[in-house]
Amino acid sequence: MSEIFWLVAFPYLAVGLAVAVGIYRFVTARFTYSSLSSQFLESATLFWGSVPWHYAIILILAAHVVGWLFPQLWIDMLSGNRTYAIELTGVALSLLTIFGLGALLARRLLSARVRAVSMPMDVVLLVLLLAQVVLGAATAILYRFGGLWYPTTAGAWLWSLVTFSPNVQAVSALPLLVKLHIVGGFVLVALFPFTRLVHLVSAPIGYLWRPYQVVIWYRRGTRP
Amino acid sequence: MDVRRQVSMVFHLDKCIGCHTCSIACKNVWTDRKGTEYMWWNNVETKPGTGFPTLWEDQEKYRGGWELDGDDLRLKLQRKGGALANLFYNPRLPQLDDYYEPWTYRYQDLFDAPAGDDQPTARPISLVTGEYMNIEAGPNWDDDLGGSPIYAANDPNLEGVSEEERRQLTELERLVFFYLPRICNHCVNPGCVAACPMGAIYKRGEDGVVLVSQDKCRGWRMCISGCPYKKVYYNWSTGKSEKCILCFPRLETGQAPACFHSCVGRIRYLGVLLYDADRIEATAKVQTNRLIEAQREMILDPFDPYVIEQAKRNGIADEWIDAAQRSPVYKFVKSWNLALPLHPEFRTLPMLFYIPPLLPVMASMKKATYDIDEREFFGSIESARVPLRFLANLFSAGDIEPVSLVLRRLIAVRAYKRAGTVGDITQAQAGSMLDAVGLTEEEAVAIFRLTSLPTYDERFVIPPYQREAAMEELFGDPLAQKGETGFGPRARPRRGA
Repeated sequence: MSEIFWLVAFPYLAVGLAVAVGIYRFVTARFTYSSLSSQFLESATLFWGSVPWHYAIILILAAHVVGWLFPQLWIDMLSGNRTYAIELTGVALSLLTIFGLGALLARRLLSARVRAVSMPMDVVLLVLLLAQVVLGAATAILYRFGGLWYPTTAGAWLWSLVTFSPNVQAVSALPLLVKLHIVGGFVLVALFPFTRLVHLVSAPIGYLWRPYQVVIWYRRGTRP
Repeated sequence: MDVRRQVSMVFHLDKCIGCHTCSIACKNVWTDRKGTEYMWWNNVETKPGTGFPTLWEDQEKYRGGWELDGDDLRLKLQRKGGALANLFYNPRLPQLDDYYEPWTYRYQDLFDAPAGDDQPTARPISLVTGEYMNIEAGPNWDDDLGGSPIYAANDPNLEGVSEEERRQLTELERLVFFYLPRICNHCVNPGCVAACPMGAIYKRGEDGVVLVSQDKCRGWRMCISGCPYKKVYYNWSTGKSEKCILCFPRLETGQAPACFHSCVGRIRYLGVLLYDADRIEATAKVQTNRLIEAQREMILDPFDPYVIEQAKRNGIADEWIDAAQRSPVYKFVKSWNLALPLHPEFRTLPMLFYIPPLLPVMASMKKATYDIDEREFFGSIESARVPLRFLANLFSAGDIEPVSLVLRRLIAVRAYKRAGTVGDITQAQAGSMLDAVGLTEEEAVAIFRLTSLPTYDERFVIPPYQREAAMEELFGDPLAQKGETGFGPRARPRRGA
């Protein structure tokens, strides 16, 4: 029963919450739709936290997404010796995220200036993220070659959720540690609109093709 | 030709007495909120000095402004891809300590301290953390050359100034300084706008004021590095960038900006310039020694019938063209060539211009008096106490000629007036001085009048903004908004995570 809740109802709930509240917050409180940067107040530790954390987690998430959306491509990619290389890279990246989050958490708690701009939710989020990447790293180390079993288990289960034909069997045999990692992921999805995680959707990709200068007129009709 | 308008500024440095009234007026109106305490949208620096934030002119440190890469004009900070790569950590971001940590005092302790042998004191506490702190810097810490062996000696503009001249700068009886009031330059080719990944900073088409949309800003902090003048500030409490808005709510109601209005020395002038937007890029790309000239060429003659016709085609109202014709800025910048941009080599085409100061000539070492030489009553500018090279580094990208011409013109105008009022210089002498710098007597009189005796309406020529028409276009019936207060965010700038 609880498996049905955590592996079927909860993911839907989390995504629904993220989308609904995310849109609500964007419409009603766009001013707050960013990560409140504290680099101006503390820069030295931020470098060792933010840089490794962001780059490592982007790569790790990309691997999760590719393995889920293009399982055959992913499995082909992993064939032969490349399995070891990719597994090793994954473990190294997960250790980097732990290192980065550790630094971020340390400055969040220890620097008086950063504390001055911290919300309780910032600390909660960092702790949950840390728990999630520790679970992920543990999965990678204890249950080897996740790259190979992930597309057919968790990947298949995610697909079943997307197509509204939930298939809990795909993941029910997985160890508890892995299940915690799965649920943890959706806890973070659910928290997305309530935390600084909203900055994820303000990634300014449009900058790449925007002209440098921006000029805005009040009266549109008067421009040639 | 694409005629655009710019409300632009001239600061006459000979008249600045360094009283900081402008800074206080601005602070009281705009930056007395949490997170903005350290910001000084208007500040006054002592030159030579390292300024605010410390060493802002050192672009090897902050990478602000533009640079030419062959034929390509690019941000000194980073390419566009680099901006995305540096989102998580901006390596060129100035820190709070590069400005100063804002503070207040625990005044209540003066009343609440228990009786004792010592006087109670109000200890300073940080406005960021609320904890006790030691005050180690302030926004004008090196005011009037305070601590000059550290501050003035490290002024980046001293590059190329000889050792001998540097030594003399700090010598008693010779030492010299002047004030440099600074606000946002509302550049035509702004580095902050170009550096913003979100497109949250923009230049208003109507008057060229550069603004940050607080709702669009996501706090990526690139503008702060991209602005070579360090006139975009990071509000650490709301996580947004803020900057001088040239008091646009005042402009729109026909009033001069607070810093202009309150200026005690009446050094500030404000007026409309028309410029050719088609020439912006080409102007920003010319060789360094042609920048001042090219920027002047970009500014259009508001009396030229063709310019007027093109301006009208772009929807510029007659009142604006009239204001451009009466603009004191146009006269100083283009008619008389007296006002120069600050650090044109940053290539942002700043629209705030400075008339460099005509500092006192050296006293005679022998007689310990000021030599009054009939031939050169005000002394030659080469023997002025501040090295020409220093002024050239500030106002003409190191080229001495434009600064020298301005100073010689200012001297000629003074000589001309002295010939008329005191008479110890003959009219013929004064006339030949004017000729030598290419000024007519009428121009000399006009320069004198606009420098010394301008009225409020001559200093600030603000055209009617016709906001009612703009509102109609935006919101339809203007009466629908009646009884509401203002535009923009209607919620308090409170942050929830």
